[in-house]
Amino acid sequence: MHWSLRKKRILKFLFAVRKNKMALTGAVVLAAFILIAIFGPVFMPFSTLDFGEVEDILNPPSPKHLLGTDDMGRDVLANLISGARISLMIGGVATAISMGIGTLIGIVSGYFGKAVDNALMRFTDFFLVIPWLPLMMVLAAILGTSLWNIIFVIGITGWAGTARVVRSQTLSVKERQYVERAISVGAGSGHIMARHILPNVFPLVFANTVLVAAVAIVSETTLSFLGLGDPTTASWGMMLHYAFESGSTSAGAYWYYLPPGICVVLVVLSFTLLGYAFDEIMNPKLRKR
Amino acid sequence: MHKGDMVKKLLYALITILAVLVFNYILFRVLPGNPLAMMMRNPRATEEVIEGIRRFYGLDQEWYVQFFTYFRNLFKGDLGISFVFKAPVSQVIAARILPTLLLVGIAELIAIAVGIGIGIIAAWKRGSKLDVGTLGFSLVTYSVPTFWLGMIMLVIFCVGLRLFPTSGMFTPGKSFATTAAMLHDLLRHAVLPILTMSLVLIGEYALTMRNTLIDVLSEDYIVTARAKGFRERYVLFKHALPNGLLPMITIVAINIGFVVAGAIQIETIFSWPGLGRLMYEALNARDYPLLQGIFLLVTVSVVLANLLADITYSYIDPRVKN
Repeated sequence: MHWSLRKKRILKFLFAVRKNKMALTGAVVLAAFILIAIFGPVFMPFSTLDFGEVEDILNPPSPKHLLGTDDMGRDVLANLISGARISLMIGGVATAISMGIGTLIGIVSGYFGKAVDNALMRFTDFFLVIPWLPLMMVLAAILGTSLWNIIFVIGITGWAGTARVVRSQTLSVKERQYVERAISVGAGSGHIMARHILPNVFPLVFANTVLVAAVAIVSETTLSFLGLGDPTTASWGMMLHYAFESGSTSAGAYWYYLPPGICVVLVVLSFTLLGYAFDEIMNPKLRKR
Repeated sequence: MHKGDMVKKLLYALITILAVLVFNYILFRVLPGNPLAMMMRNPRATEEVIEGIRRFYGLDQEWYVQFFTYFRNLFKGDLGISFVFKAPVSQVIAARILPTLLLVGIAELIAIAVGIGIGIIAAWKRGSKLDVGTLGFSLVTYSVPTFWLGMIMLVIFCVGLRLFPTSGMFTPGKSFATTAAMLHDLLRHAVLPILTMSLVLIGEYALTMRNTLIDVLSEDYIVTARAKGFRERYVLFKHALPNGLLPMITIVAINIGFVVAGAIQIETIFSWPGLGRLMYEALNARDYPLLQGIFLLVTVSVVLANLLADITYSYIDPRVKN
């Protein structure tokens, strides 16, 4: 595809996003969280390692600690901000892994067809049908609880849906004339998949990414809550884990268990809104009549 | 569905189950970290348990012998010995199945009924406040981590309003004079877990119902029915609904993995003595034989449930049957 044509398409897409209220809301909220994740820790008044004195434990919000303190006397706001960085990082890298595996398997499966397709799709079905949380729990329990293990576990369990979608798109793209022409002038399979098929399935991959990212963030939160997170990092999931374990729910420490949950909901909701809107923008069938 | 298709589906399900068994074996025996070595080092494992593990896995034999020992044991229903409960895994698991089925079963029934109801109204009054509300509700429930929703429910109804007990299935240490008193106690404990589980599911069911029904309502035969002068309600219930209900079977089946995840989290939050809570306990005690047993049971059940849904669908939908 010619560059100027592609640029035009991207601009058209961005325009559609701006016109779509859901997509715009999602994009703005998400951008805000990404900015907080990047720059927030710079402005933080407290370190996440500032363990307070005994009288600082589970204090309600005050001018000094805007969101109060946790069961270890640390500033909740500071933890929340540094949690944004960790949670988004885990979600982002895990999503990248999932999309990489999903796109690769989808394109290879669709392009080669026959036995390759059959084998790869059986493999994909296997991952689609296995309940994801028990699988992640078992993997994380065996591999051990470190930041990279959590990313790895989320990444390798979340690609099956993408592989399916990319495969079906590849099936239609490979029948197009320019692919036939490329084959007839002697282009190799690798070249065709990378240069002709990938750019054409890319919009679909992009739309799928936001949905996979939503699942990745929820997965991180859930795994950490169940005690499989990296105990040395303070993701939102780990905060909720400690909030529940310390009995903050029965102690009425709403400033401890509410903020991390609300952050997770906001981030996941904006990904979901974006995904829903992308679907509406790219799929003409769903457009409002 | 042709007979050939049916055989193919059964065969695929069988292959998937075999793959799950092999996968389970590889996961717990071959992967780095070797859980078995960890089990043996576990201070809580008594000499008796270690000997049991050694015998169970046939550790002194070649790897292929070990592999077949594993399979033979599985087919005998022998899943090893839990080293926290110091009892056969199959017994520990069996005691926890009923509470989970109770929780999940009732929650599913409620969610399906309410979801279908809301979906029908939303599709019928497309663009109305209820329709927009349904979309908003399902987007939000989709985005809320299940365990956090459980925590919020706990805070509101148990800590705040003090309406329900916070944990368990029965009041501990209480003896009941009548069955009615026992059921009443069970109900008070079960309301919140069931409600939370239903809330998680309703949004998706309602949205699916709504979208299929809107699709169906644009079909030619609906236009024909309307042109014949049938009342709107008659068209909806007699012509559109039967076809609109079919995809619900698939959605409920696809959702089972999601329901399993929900059960693990909700049972953990409300200390509901089911399989999900057991899995959480096994995880935190690193009770690998138990963890492996639950994983196996859950995975095989999900595969079978999907197969069942597939077969049911093909029997109900004549378009698939032929």
